[in-house]
Amino acid sequence: MSEPLLPPIGMLAELTHRCPLQCPYCSNPLELLKANRELDTQTWLGLFSQAADLGVLQVHLSGGEPTLRRDLEQLIAGLSARGVYTNLITAGVGIAEGRIEAFAEAGLDHLQLSFQGARPATTDRIGNHKGGHEKKLETARRARAAGLPLTINAPIHRHNIEEVPEFIELALSLGAERLEIANVQYAGWALTNRDQLMPERAAVDRQAEIVAAARERLTGIMNIDFVTPDYFAIYPKPCMGGWARDAFMVAPDGTVLPCHAAQTIPSLSFERFGPRSLAEIWTDSPAFNAFRGTDWMQQPCRSCERREIDWGGCRCQAMAIAGDAAATDPACAKSPIHARMAMLIDEAQRAAAIPSNDEQFVYRRIGVVTEPA
Amino acid sequence: MMALRERALVSPRSVPSLPKHVRIQYDPVRQAFAVLSPEKIFWPNDISLDILRRCDGRSTVGHIIAGLAADYDAEQEAVAADVVAFLQEWSDKLLVKL
Ligand code: SF4
Ligand code: SF4
Repeated sequence: MSEPLLPPIGMLAELTHRCPLQCPYCSNPLELLKANRELDTQTWLGLFSQAADLGVLQVHLSGGEPTLRRDLEQLIAGLSARGVYTNLITAGVGIAEGRIEAFAEAGLDHLQLSFQGARPATTDRIGNHKGGHEKKLETARRARAAGLPLTINAPIHRHNIEEVPEFIELALSLGAERLEIANVQYAGWALTNRDQLMPERAAVDRQAEIVAAARERLTGIMNIDFVTPDYFAIYPKPCMGGWARDAFMVAPDGTVLPCHAAQTIPSLSFERFGPRSLAEIWTDSPAFNAFRGTDWMQQPCRSCERREIDWGGCRCQAMAIAGDAAATDPACAKSPIHARMAMLIDEAQRAAAIPSNDEQFVYRRIGVVTEPA
Repeated sequence: MMALRERALVSPRSVPSLPKHVRIQYDPVRQAFAVLSPEKIFWPNDISLDILRRCDGRSTVGHIIAGLAADYDAEQEAVAADVVAFLQEWSDKLLVKL
């Protein structure tokens, strides 16, 4: 290791894979875990306490749908008692009366609510859940009434990219402090559904202009975070801020991972919380050390001046497209196979042009896919 | 109903405070003060921290400037420009409420 190992700042806790929605771009793995594999309350609380000791300041409570955990109030309270900043990431359907208030009471700092579309029909179709949009609006209102700060999260793809202006209006009308326009990352279920989800180049360009103008217009009124689409990029994103650099995630069964899709890298094996402490995993796990820092890099990353800006991009995207987890992220224009990204965009457009293909999503469901496609 | 929102501009009479989604916290692991917000964590330097701590929802910007000028033994005008610029930037990012 060329630099000293720093403590982690952030943690994403996927409390469950259960979810009432079936978004075809879900970042969960294709092999979803059933409820009987989930950690129990005491184990999560123990894990949170170790995370706080280790230096974690912020925990994103996610899933699946985290509110399906009946102990969520208790988990929030445990984090809050340690001064950890808690962000609940929810799809906002089916949350029982009184619970949002109970989350706030337990010390929840912030709520992030996803909308699959800005229009009710889009939300219901993409999430494959009738009446979902209406329930989400209600969740947003209840969150505001409970005094919780609110982010609206809009995952963007070809079936809702034209709704970006409406997403902005929706977030404003709900009183959100923040809107995330997050172009879908092609990992997990989104990789399976890539041809169905990939937007057109012209729509991507229009989106960038709309977001830039809205950011200017809404300065000091609402923050807009823009996660740009990788396949159309020149440089990759610093995935997770660099592999095992300042954040990690935990799967419902306690498997500790450097990122969402890390399990798609066949050469790595991951450890579970319980048999090993978080500190041991963070420090010593071979999977965490595999791509830490810059020593593992190949050319062109190795001698690139951006190597400590984007850390070579996403390892899982390198695995998926270059077939080598240590390769330069193909999203980077310096990657020898960068041209493949443009080919994949074109391929998706051709596939989408065949009418019988349109909206033939593989919806996210437990047991639909057992082998990575 | 939603109240119509507008961009707030710093004036000497503004009374800044930290919104609910932002908090200052001492981190014993890194032995430094962190500002926690929904997505980002900031590590303010001593002067920024001093300004943020005075955003208590009671003191006016004028007051804050006078207090800082006294503490740092500096000219009010010089302090004022920095404080106003800092607060405007943080307000624009919705990290400070005016
Ligand atoms: S992306 Fe959709 S299906 Fe996946 S966890 Fe979130 S709401 Fe559920
Ligand atoms: S070559 Fe590697 S380090 Fe340089 S910009 Fe591309 S991905 Fe980043």
